[in-house]
Amino acid sequence: MREITRHALFWPVAALIALLVANTVYRPDFLAVTVLDGHLFGAPIDILRNAAPLMLVALGMTLVIATRGIDLSVGAVVAISGALSLSFIATSPDPGSVSTVLLAIAIALGVSLVLGVWNGFLVSVVGIQPIIATLILMTAGRGIAMLITEGQITTVTSAPFKTLGSGFWLGLPVATLVAGGVFLLVALLTRRTALGMLVESVGINPAASRLAGVKARTIVWTVFALSGLFSGLAGLILASNVMAADANNAGLFIELDAILAVVIGGTSLQGGKFSLSGTLVGVLIITTLTLTVTIVGISPLVTPLFKALVVIAVTLLQSPRIRETFAARARQRAARPEEVAA
Amino acid sequence: MAARTAPMEQPAAPVVEMHGITVEYAGVRVLDSADLVLRPGEVHALMGENGAGKSTLIGALTGTVPIVAGRILVDGVPLTPTGVARSRAEGIATVFQESHLSPHLSVAENIMIGHEVRGRFGIRWARCRERAAAALATLGIEDVDLRTPLEALSPATKQLVAVARAIVLEPRVLVLDEPTSSLDEAEAAQLLGVVRRLRDQGVAILFVSHFLEQVFEVSNRMTVLRDGRVVAEYCTAEVERAELISKMIGEDIDALQALHSQRLSHHYAGSSQVALRATSIGRHGTLEPTDVDLVRGEVVGFAGLRGSGRTELARLMSGVERADRGELWLDGSRVQLRGPAAALRHRIAVSSENLRNEGIVAGLTVRENIVLALQALRGWTRPLSRAEQEAVVDTYLDALRLSHEDLDRPAGELSGGTQQKVMLARLLATRPHVLILDEPTRGIDIAAKLDIQRRVAKLAGEGVAVVFISSQLDEVVRLSDRIVVLKDREKIGELSNGPGVTVDTIVEMIAAELDGPAAGDAD
Repeated sequence: MREITRHALFWPVAALIALLVANTVYRPDFLAVTVLDGHLFGAPIDILRNAAPLMLVALGMTLVIATRGIDLSVGAVVAISGALSLSFIATSPDPGSVSTVLLAIAIALGVSLVLGVWNGFLVSVVGIQPIIATLILMTAGRGIAMLITEGQITTVTSAPFKTLGSGFWLGLPVATLVAGGVFLLVALLTRRTALGMLVESVGINPAASRLAGVKARTIVWTVFALSGLFSGLAGLILASNVMAADANNAGLFIELDAILAVVIGGTSLQGGKFSLSGTLVGVLIITTLTLTVTIVGISPLVTPLFKALVVIAVTLLQSPRIRETFAARARQRAARPEEVAA
Repeated sequence: MAARTAPMEQPAAPVVEMHGITVEYAGVRVLDSADLVLRPGEVHALMGENGAGKSTLIGALTGTVPIVAGRILVDGVPLTPTGVARSRAEGIATVFQESHLSPHLSVAENIMIGHEVRGRFGIRWARCRERAAAALATLGIEDVDLRTPLEALSPATKQLVAVARAIVLEPRVLVLDEPTSSLDEAEAAQLLGVVRRLRDQGVAILFVSHFLEQVFEVSNRMTVLRDGRVVAEYCTAEVERAELISKMIGEDIDALQALHSQRLSHHYAGSSQVALRATSIGRHGTLEPTDVDLVRGEVVGFAGLRGSGRTELARLMSGVERADRGELWLDGSRVQLRGPAAALRHRIAVSSENLRNEGIVAGLTVRENIVLALQALRGWTRPLSRAEQEAVVDTYLDALRLSHEDLDRPAGELSGGTQQKVMLARLLATRPHVLILDEPTRGIDIAAKLDIQRRVAKLAGEGVAVVFISSQLDEVVRLSDRIVVLKDREKIGELSNGPGVTVDTIVEMIAAELDGPAAGDAD
């Protein structure tokens, strides 16, 4: 069993290592991590910190995809969450106080959860296809964020809030610790309760699950709610990074990166068995790729093209059909000398 | 309604001859040297229970299923290589079930797609609509707007559109696979009228239906398939219904006789502790109102051919489908089952006849499949610990002769027999008071069958109220204390099992033509 898991993650991990090696060749000190002011610094730490928001979004996306769904609204939720928290802090009398910041975070997360619940309602109760149901919020969400920021890019100064995106704790970026914590939490939630199995069951065979008494509606609803909540948290980190609420650009296209990360990690878009560690690897690949583009000096304008090439390579390597073709070729090659000998 | 062409007296030269058709899927022989001859101006019925090979034989004829051995002659000329386009070019057309049409396309598009009239500038829709209208007119319908989307039509009209789609090619051979399954009586009569008209125009028709009366009404000849072999061919006018049914369901197997006598001696004395009572339960278009009592410690068999309503009754009684009339009483108090989850909470467990689509979750392991229902019942927040899982799984491991190595394999990799046992284990793990098993022995070997039957008998002995549904009447007779007989979506009688009751008793009840129930209700 463990060997199969290893096998499934072999290519994504190989791709990640290849990327890191390529970077090291280009810049020998790439993997070097130094200690500065008690904090760790270096490209690997940058990757871990930059990966945090995408990791959070991709975690929710993994669960949604495992139930045969998809959540296109995550980017919009990121924008709303960021806009809400920063607007709240900006209008509060004491932007620098910890209690204000905690309240802002609670409000943003609460609203994000509600948005996730709304998506789940549309999908599981009303019965709208996930791609359409979440498209509604994907489009409307940016408008809502606009409404909150009143069309302005709200800039805020608040030290406690800034810690979330740029701070360090125990030498590590706070954002990384938050994402790591949520990752562990989700891993425990899905693998130590029965949620993971029921999610997979609904994703693999909804009709059979229903007959077995699984309440598919509750399951689907729950995963969409979680996806909303995690996107909200990602939105907070992104907002804290720049300390400005940009309704138009915050979390733009993050849904696509998240879906890519999930797919690279080996979770099928057809639902069913999912792999959280696969998603983690997928997220690291995508984040490393973005950094690589900067380091190598390729124009950021062509980053999407670069990403696409890597994604194509990884997904092709994972496809059973391609693997079979390669295996058949290898067998032929192995068989040929024997023919000659005979 | 007498046929003008009197096809039986002077058989015309056959249009299609299929000889020794053999088909294998993954090494399993699903059709074994089957023969079929179709003549112009004749309706030929293909009979057999599920898995007998009807669809495979049709697939071989229409070119969708590759054949391993055998040949197909059209007008005496071999048809090779087979393929859908080739069959169509030879004038063989299939009427799809209405569910295979596109609901969002218009009537005209549904009829013409795949054989559109093309001109220099692409598809000529005006001509297409003309041809579609002409095809519909041949069927006697002129009042349908060709531009309406298909989904706006009644099931009967949809089915007629499917027929129109087939006859627009002016086929010489027309295959109708369960054309009346979604129609009510009047609509079915309309469709059968069309079939007769086409027959009189000289079309050779292959007709498949689970409704016996329709087959007798419309067909001239019939071929009976069982387990992939042709077991009989009849002229419809000369065959007895009882003989036909016993050919379809097969003879008794000696190896299973022992259990029969065992069950007869066990035969339940008749406690009146009703576990689940259904009063006038039914659903429009699915099942006429039906009364059934399930008693603790008793096996009740639902007997009838496929489409008789046996599965529908099971699904209505277990909340899989919502009844739109009638009531359910559990241990004397009224219950409303909002779905299978609610049924499980009331200790009513049900399995589906469709193991692959509604039973096994193929991607989960055997262990997960076994604990799935129990886990769902407890809710996801209260996971079964590994030890609890082991305990549950171990209980059924020996009883169902599963091996330890199988436990962590994906359930989809196992044989049908093992999957059936896993399903049974899943249901038993919830400790049901009422257990409804729909075809729990379909498609599995004798040893596995015996295992499951013994298990069912034992459960009844432990006080569970069991419903046992099977296409194989001998099984039903062997296991049941009481047998509810259904036909054409209606309960036609109830038998108390005993030494006098045999497969023939039930066959005669089903075969009794429109005379009403052959036997009175048991109570």
